[in-house]
Amino acid sequence: MAHSARRDSPELPDFSLLKRLARDQLIYLLEQLPGKKDLFIEADLMSPLDRIANVSTLKQHEVDKLYKVEYKPVISTSDQLCFLIRPRIQTVKWICDVVNADKAAGKFRRYKLIFTPQKFYACEAVLEEQGIFGDVTTDEWAFYLLPLDDDIISLELPEFFRDNFLAGDQRWVRTAGSTLHLLHSIYGPFSKIYGIGRCSKMAYESWREQVEEGETKARQAEIGNVFLIDRDVDFVTPLCSQVVYEGLVDDIFRIKCGCVEFGPDVTSSDKSMKVMLNSQDKVFNEIRNEHFSNVFGFLSQKARNLQTAYDKRRGMDIKQMKTFVSEELKGLKQEHRLLSLHIGASESIMKKKTKQDFQELLKTEHSLLEGFEIRECISFIEEHINRQVSMIESLRLLCLLSITENGLLPKDYRSLKAQYLQSYGVDHLLTFANLRQLGLLVEQQPGETLTVMESKVGKLVNDKTAGKLTDAFSSLAKKSNFRALSKKLNLVPKSDEEYDLRVPRDMAYIFSGAYIPLSCKLIEQVLERDGWTGLEEVTRLLNGHEFAVTGSTAGSSGADSRAKNDAQRIVLVMFLGGCTFSEISALRFLGRERGYKFIVVTTAITNSSRLIEALLDNHV
Amino acid sequence: MMKSKPDEEDYWNSSKFKAFTFDDEDDEFSRLKESKQAVNSIRRLVEEDDDEDDVEKVSWSGEPVGSISWSVRETAASNQRTDREPAFPKINADTPTFMCSHTSSVSAGKTKTGSFQFSDSLSDSSVRLYAPELRKPKSEYKDYVSDWSPEETVHRMQQGKAVSLEKFRSLQDKLLLLDFSISAHDGNVITAVTLFTITFTVLFRELESRQTALRHFIHYLTETRDQRLLLELLRALGRTEDIALLQYKEHLSIADENKRRDFLKSCLSLPFSPEDSAHVQDHYTLLERQIIIEATDRQAERGGKVEIFQKFPRRASILNMPLITTLYYCCFYHYTESEGTYSSPLNVRQTFRISEKQFFVTALAARAKLKAWVDVDALFTSRNWLGFTRKKSPLGFHRVVDILQKNSAPTQVLQEYVGLVDDAELRISLAQKHKCHDIIINTYRDLKDRQQLLGYRGKVERGSVEERKINELHVFVLSRDESAEQLAADNQTARGHRLMMCETGVSFYL
Repeated sequence: MAHSARRDSPELPDFSLLKRLARDQLIYLLEQLPGKKDLFIEADLMSPLDRIANVSTLKQHEVDKLYKVEYKPVISTSDQLCFLIRPRIQTVKWICDVVNADKAAGKFRRYKLIFTPQKFYACEAVLEEQGIFGDVTTDEWAFYLLPLDDDIISLELPEFFRDNFLAGDQRWVRTAGSTLHLLHSIYGPFSKIYGIGRCSKMAYESWREQVEEGETKARQAEIGNVFLIDRDVDFVTPLCSQVVYEGLVDDIFRIKCGCVEFGPDVTSSDKSMKVMLNSQDKVFNEIRNEHFSNVFGFLSQKARNLQTAYDKRRGMDIKQMKTFVSEELKGLKQEHRLLSLHIGASESIMKKKTKQDFQELLKTEHSLLEGFEIRECISFIEEHINRQVSMIESLRLLCLLSITENGLLPKDYRSLKAQYLQSYGVDHLLTFANLRQLGLLVEQQPGETLTVMESKVGKLVNDKTAGKLTDAFSSLAKKSNFRALSKKLNLVPKSDEEYDLRVPRDMAYIFSGAYIPLSCKLIEQVLERDGWTGLEEVTRLLNGHEFAVTGSTAGSSGADSRAKNDAQRIVLVMFLGGCTFSEISALRFLGRERGYKFIVVTTAITNSSRLIEALLDNHV
Repeated sequence: MMKSKPDEEDYWNSSKFKAFTFDDEDDEFSRLKESKQAVNSIRRLVEEDDDEDDVEKVSWSGEPVGSISWSVRETAASNQRTDREPAFPKINADTPTFMCSHTSSVSAGKTKTGSFQFSDSLSDSSVRLYAPELRKPKSEYKDYVSDWSPEETVHRMQQGKAVSLEKFRSLQDKLLLLDFSISAHDGNVITAVTLFTITFTVLFRELESRQTALRHFIHYLTETRDQRLLLELLRALGRTEDIALLQYKEHLSIADENKRRDFLKSCLSLPFSPEDSAHVQDHYTLLERQIIIEATDRQAERGGKVEIFQKFPRRASILNMPLITTLYYCCFYHYTESEGTYSSPLNVRQTFRISEKQFFVTALAARAKLKAWVDVDALFTSRNWLGFTRKKSPLGFHRVVDILQKNSAPTQVLQEYVGLVDDAELRISLAQKHKCHDIIINTYRDLKDRQQLLGYRGKVERGSVEERKINELHVFVLSRDESAEQLAADNQTARGHRLMMCETGVSFYL
């Protein structure tokens, strides 16, 4: 069950420092606006803010009332308004409306905009356009990184994905570079950096420039290696249903900023409960990486143990009872609470999953991954659409089909698209346009079956289909080549072999033994080979953009070699565009097997629903 | 609540407002930013009380530009840039559009889009606002503008330092600046420089050869919802499908259904792909119908004379629902109508070319919801031909069962369709799920599986018809002991399903 870590596994650096740093900076900024003020907080900044400060911290610095940014007229009576926001044009426009409304009403206030993690020129252009550029002060709160757990750090920037990969807007490249820079200056110097993907490359460059601009103090490195990876290198993994406990909980209940809200059906009471899910929760910590089929067994074993522990008190004398109450009872009660919560969650998951024929859904996914019985898969998806089962789920399956098959046959594409629009609304024409642009759901181009030739030349699909003007213009899409990659990297184990999920033999266990996540496999291979040598064919299929660089400072510090050795086995993996809990579980597994410790830095935690939702365009 | 007077004045006098210069980060906060490099010493940053001199140039938040602290920082930064050796190597980030500034205007001019002039739209005041620099008196700059090269300018912009873009006046300079910003990969700066460049001279065709800058510009226009300029740009680029989609998208913000319908009608002439064109046509036709159906049905519902609306009041209006939802609605409320009416399911099916299977699934669900089992039955039997009475379905019968069961069909109805499932194993598992004892017993009988049959006896009620049936089928009378053994064995198999076993385990132990 809970796998014991390899003895010599290095310790993880302490990331609570990042929280302290962010808090201190915020306090400094609040003090820049002395006196009482009302604070407006962007909705999706509230949870991250909660993790590093609390209301009393804010009150201590003269924040009077707190509001959520809701794009509605402001009712505050304070004469100082402070806005804690993401650099989004929509939000800035709203603030302009607020200021202009005050002006019209002859009301005088001071306004301060604090952009986090940085401000954009485009936002200032809006301030100027709306005529309030001089009326407000602006600042930046460099709150780049929020540690969600001992080994997970998030930028909490879900829009990174759509901005970068769909719109092709590189506004967050510098942010990613600064993030690395921050980590490098506290936990570095890094000695080796690997990466793959266009954005990764740019983020690396941005970071390198920032390092050159600043000064680096010689210090003992805590993180030795870094791996940067773009989300579009591997879209297959996040599109699969998650079956590892933490991933399942995220798929079903949606973990937000490390916290989940369990409804009455889980808590078996009449109210919902918010629960932090991290390594502090001892029960959760032991099951989070487990395949769901193992979770029940584990939980019932735990429950039995708990019962025995409680039963011990029978036949105790007074003195023993006293020690029991003072030493053990509290822990047991806590464990009991957690245990019943996770049992409730598991039961709720089971109920929901049996209702929607999860087994059959998984079978279809596995067939798609394997490239087996594709016609059956298509008719399964078709029925899904016909019956108007979840709009997101149908789209997810269509994308998975397209990306594993390198696009749909024109006949299938047309028919499935038409049926989709009939079932979920013609508005989704816009969604389909997005998916095509991203390359997630495409039609095979005529003659594309001759891909062998094409791949020999190593050309991007874009160049070839330039005949279709719109595609060639805007698309950042690339061909997935999943089947070839899968073969090259052995991502899909032979289906006739038994796979014991209790004793996982590789990372495929996170998908019931059916598929090794491409992203994690790449990381494994590159670390093993200390670079991309021998993976030329693979990188070519992934459209290149791979790199592996060594810092000149590496090895310069002659300090304690054991510490240095430890740092070399701490690997920071940064996902640009989001990563899933399943991928994190897979990396934890890999770490245990190989004696690494992985730290996952991600622009946001994602899953199939979030990924698809980010691309929907059927709303204003 | 107002601040005391002196406070207020103090605040307002301390800053001199300037227009947009990309330099307003050069304030107290940038000190914080720089100190970040020494992050290990997290000391609260004490605001330095800078000289109160009457410096002419102050940044708008009050820090004197050109003050000692300002210049110290500047020099420090530039020194570091030149003196230090790179710790990490530069990698060859791809810059496909970089340095094509000298050829692009020629090659792009060949396309028909070259005829478009940006100045067409320059009359619009909202466009001019992208050129903040334009309105600033030149004299304001001379004190502190250094002669930054395009590369340095971009670099400073990335760091949020003061720059002036005004010196980039010739087209070539502007394009050079643009190309440097593109090669720096910083989207924030790319957008800023693109906005600056586009305002003055640069024709859209210059952007055409710089896809990265173009994407940033399009994204900016999308975010600011500058539909007009965006359409103009796309038109100039000849991206007809994008134009069509962009215009079509506007319907989402029209709340009134009649206006929306009229708008959709106007969309029919947009340059969609032939395939999408048909979809948009359907969208228009559908809404047109929904409006008619909604009006009629609302009246019927209010009139209180139509039974079905009384028995099953409508939960929501049908307006703007997807086609299949509309079909379901029609199957629910207007099932028997003749093909001549707009709300007749057959008419809907015909008009929108709905596949047989799709129609079947929807009608099945709707009639099952109404518990109109006769209609449900007819859906299958109407399909027979040449006198065959056997039930046929375009959908697998296990799916049929699923749909019926989700609409809470009673066991005797379910039983009929479970029995039609071809695959014996699937049939048994469905029958077990829905407690169709007869089917299970019959299937075991047909399979001649005595063991299973006897095992099943333990699961049915004592003394029930089912038990009797098993007993009758069973030629040999077994002793109770043996039967109990069988039962145990059978339970073992039933628990083969790991999850199920665990589930019972869990609820058992807590």
